[in-house]
Amino acid sequence: MSAVSTVYYTEDHEWIRVENGIATVGITEHAQEQLGDLVFVDLPSPGATVSKGDALVVVESVKAASDVYAPVDGEVKSVNEALGSEPGLVNSSAEGDGWLWTMSIADDSQLDGLMDADAYQKSIA
Amino acid sequence: MTGSDSLKQLPLKGLPLKDLPLKDLHERAGAKFAPFAGWDMPVSYPLGVLKEHLHCRAHAGLFDISHMRLFEVSGADAAGLIATLCPVEAAEQAVGASKYTFLLNENAGVIDDLIVTRLAEDRFIIVANAARAATDEAWIRDHAAGRDAAIEALDRVFLALQGPDAAAVMDDNTIDISGLSFMSGFEPRPGWFVTRSGYTGEDGFEIALPLDRASAFAESLARDERVEWIGLAARDSLRLEAGLCLYGNDLDEETDPVSAGLLWAIPKDLRGGGPYVGAKRLADIVAAGPAQKRVGLQAEGRQPVRAGADLTDPDGNPAGRVTSGGFGPSVEHPVAMGYVPVELAKPDTQLFADVRGKPVGMSVVKLPFIAKRSQKG
Repeated sequence: MSAVSTVYYTEDHEWIRVENGIATVGITEHAQEQLGDLVFVDLPSPGATVSKGDALVVVESVKAASDVYAPVDGEVKSVNEALGSEPGLVNSSAEGDGWLWTMSIADDSQLDGLMDADAYQKSIA
Repeated sequence: MTGSDSLKQLPLKGLPLKDLPLKDLHERAGAKFAPFAGWDMPVSYPLGVLKEHLHCRAHAGLFDISHMRLFEVSGADAAGLIATLCPVEAAEQAVGASKYTFLLNENAGVIDDLIVTRLAEDRFIIVANAARAATDEAWIRDHAAGRDAAIEALDRVFLALQGPDAAAVMDDNTIDISGLSFMSGFEPRPGWFVTRSGYTGEDGFEIALPLDRASAFAESLARDERVEWIGLAARDSLRLEAGLCLYGNDLDEETDPVSAGLLWAIPKDLRGGGPYVGAKRLADIVAAGPAQKRVGLQAEGRQPVRAGADLTDPDGNPAGRVTSGGFGPSVEHPVAMGYVPVELAKPDTQLFADVRGKPVGMSVVKLPFIAKRSQKG
């Protein structure tokens, strides 16, 4: 991980790591704990243009399906193909190898309203 | 409808819910709770849904099912009342025998599915679903009016112990189940009621016991290294793999036992008529054949198809809907059940489910998804 990366958190329990203008998005450790063992992750197609708030990914546990939203406007650059055969990576490494997708950021100002790690931890305490 | 939750809804809190008598014990075991049928239920434990499910099939799982309701029906006309309420031959039911049966309305719609156990010539115990308990009780009392039959809702803790090691664990906890065959029950101690039954497809037991003994007994079972607590989420995946109906999903007052594929639970002599409510309509449905059938459904790929998904045939015509669906940890693929037109109910029929606007291919398959290991009576 680059020293210049910044990590943001949303109220929807997503994390966004921004490096060189590209956002890597996943769900938080807290979210994976609440969801339990994932059995399927429905990922978008690279190249898709998305708007902040779009339901972009569906994470499915044994018991339920949950939407994961685009945190900013932009274009999907890549998805974590490893989750196709190993959705449990989200459980074992929610904020690392269990990342969901990367995307460009159309408007940096949309990051301003997001939380830092301390604020997020307080919000779930 | 997609069945999707939003992560925003986490954690669930704030609703006025009933607490299980052993709530403290579940909290100490690290349970996560969620609302179900008006109860704050342990939905999973630190082991997690997948491992809980697999542990139950490999060893033994302990479930707190105290949200379910037990009714004792006693009196000289107890059997007569049961025979009016349910399509069973209550007068001929052997003492100690348990039967899976239903309360039916006049249209042969299922008010609830039940286990009815005869404990004496003049005494039965009915086990009812939590969400239906109040409706059932009113219905039963209504039909008991003027009969020599008393109805008592029992105040008990109700546990299930399920899995290949369940019998040995019961034995080690001083409950002698050596003579107890599957689908039978007895009272090992005053205030206790044990059946060899369950809802997982495994051999197992359901144990009702007095509140003041429940904590010690449950802790003793849970301490056994073969036993893990199992939450409601794994209970659901276990019953779904076993092809068993969940009331409210796969059964309701609009659904009759013939369409539900549960005619096996109705004795042959009662399929053409009988003294029970709904007998005439049921006989008509048996004679004409049902318009739709409950079937097993297996999705292509790994994406679960859940309750509420609409089904279409390959030409895009409506073909019923999924009523229960999820992932089967033991079979390692998605599992589902649904209702389809009877002409589409044959195994290997190809259908499509609408999952968030995308078609997912599904095949009709035989139920259950696992080989049941519950012992036959």
